[in-house]
Amino acid sequence: MSAVHGAVAAARSAAPVVDESGRVSLTGVGKRYETKRGPVDAVADVDLEVAPGEFVAIVGASGCGKSTLLRILAGFEGHTSGSVEVGGAPVRGPGPARGVVFQDYGLFPWLTVAENVRFGLRQQRWSRARAKRRAAEMIEVVGLTRFADRFPGELSGGMQQRVAIARVLAADPALLLMDEPFGALDALTRTTMQHELKRLRAESGATVLFVTHSIEEAVYLADRVVVMAGGASHGAPGHIAAVVPVDLGDERDVNGPAFNDLERRIAALVHEG
Amino acid sequence: MRAALWRRRIGHTALGLGFVALLLLLWDLGVRGEWVLLFDIKMGFLPAPDVVARLLWDFAFGGLYDDAYSGTLLEHLTASALRVLAGFGLAAALAVPIGVLMGRFPLVNAALDPAVNLFRPVPATAWVPLVLLIIGFGSQATIFLITLSAFFPILLNTIAATREVPPRLVEAARMLGTTRVGVLLKVVVPAATPGIVSGLRIGLGLGWVILVLGEANGIDTGLGSMIMLAREQVRTDRVVVGMIVIGLAGFLSDRILVLGFKGLFGRRPLVRA
Repeated sequence: MSAVHGAVAAARSAAPVVDESGRVSLTGVGKRYETKRGPVDAVADVDLEVAPGEFVAIVGASGCGKSTLLRILAGFEGHTSGSVEVGGAPVRGPGPARGVVFQDYGLFPWLTVAENVRFGLRQQRWSRARAKRRAAEMIEVVGLTRFADRFPGELSGGMQQRVAIARVLAADPALLLMDEPFGALDALTRTTMQHELKRLRAESGATVLFVTHSIEEAVYLADRVVVMAGGASHGAPGHIAAVVPVDLGDERDVNGPAFNDLERRIAALVHEG
Repeated sequence: MRAALWRRRIGHTALGLGFVALLLLLWDLGVRGEWVLLFDIKMGFLPAPDVVARLLWDFAFGGLYDDAYSGTLLEHLTASALRVLAGFGLAAALAVPIGVLMGRFPLVNAALDPAVNLFRPVPATAWVPLVLLIIGFGSQATIFLITLSAFFPILLNTIAATREVPPRLVEAARMLGTTRVGVLLKVVVPAATPGIVSGLRIGLGLGWVILVLGEANGIDTGLGSMIMLAREQVRTDRVVVGMIVIGLAGFLSDRILVLGFKGLFGRRPLVRA
């Protein structure tokens, strides 16, 4: 296992440390729906700059538009104003440079774990042999080698989410978009997955945008926490209410006083919104 | 645990077979006692089970009565099965691709849906006079009627199944770099397979139903033609023998279809249990 980690890390460190392809620039981004009762703004005036390799968590009450923002970045939905750029290029539709991890995993139930991880690589015209090697490597990285020939329906939620993470990381995306990825997992599995994500992210060097309901999770994982507010039920479009840097270093103690202070501050911002 | 499971299975089978034995006994008693049942069913006109059994044996292996039908089961069954297979195969080859396109592309659906709804309610029985006039007596008319009848259930099931493909799977595939055509072939079709197989099973079953209708006219080989001829000769026993063989053939072809798909897919969850 550690040999593979080493190999993966070595391959990555050969690349330039600051890879601009992971930069996210949102300028004046808005999304407006036309409804029978007139236009409704799901999100409006969102400005956000995320540096390559940065881990940004987005928190906020339900309906504040945090998932919409992520889906716009993924290319699943269009925006109606402003500009959305990743790596300096405008986002036009989904693609493998922006890996998405869904709350409900989105694995193909008729494919084995290994085939699921290979799927994207094959679609990107990797050779069969190379895709197979890379998939085996990624499955080992997430610790599922024993389950490579199982089907997703035979795995626990945590294991399925590991497969989903492995399949996007296999293509080495510059940007990782995670939409409440651990929201459906039990508390214990969730903690394990958070540790795991921290490790994988350090190895991959990808920029991460991570939408979550859990402020603790946000503070534990992120370099910065974006607090969103508003939403249809508040009569105001979803917008960014605050951006809070997390200066807690790499080793974070979820029970430490500094951690809890920050958690409380962000919670207050979320509830104000 | 396993033993208990087997015991229960054997128990259930015994129960089912016991009920069949009871029906056979009632049949025998009814014929001997010339019972008159609901709908004015005159049991006295029915052949007794043992008479039917002997005729069935003679039909299959010959040697008992030495008439025109002795030992000809395989010949008639083959002729009928080929017609069902041809009609069903043609229906499937047309209905599955058209159904996938109608299910996924609103324009295709808009173009074809009115025509489908216009033709679908016309039962095969209503087609028979027209078919006899424009095609004429024979195999082709039978195959046409089978194709026509099997087409719609396969089409409708395919449309419904492709529409129910979870949007998440399409998003996942697009995010991994799959082209739109790739999504259709690699995601929509496999995800819709359980529903498509259900449609194929209904279509194949209907094929055997319509067989009798088609073979009623101007065909001298085939199970349907045999029972229609037997009716004219008031050979109730031969009618019942034909019914039994058609029923068994329909049952067996369904099992073959399902087992064939299961063999093809292995452990992949693509066929409903």
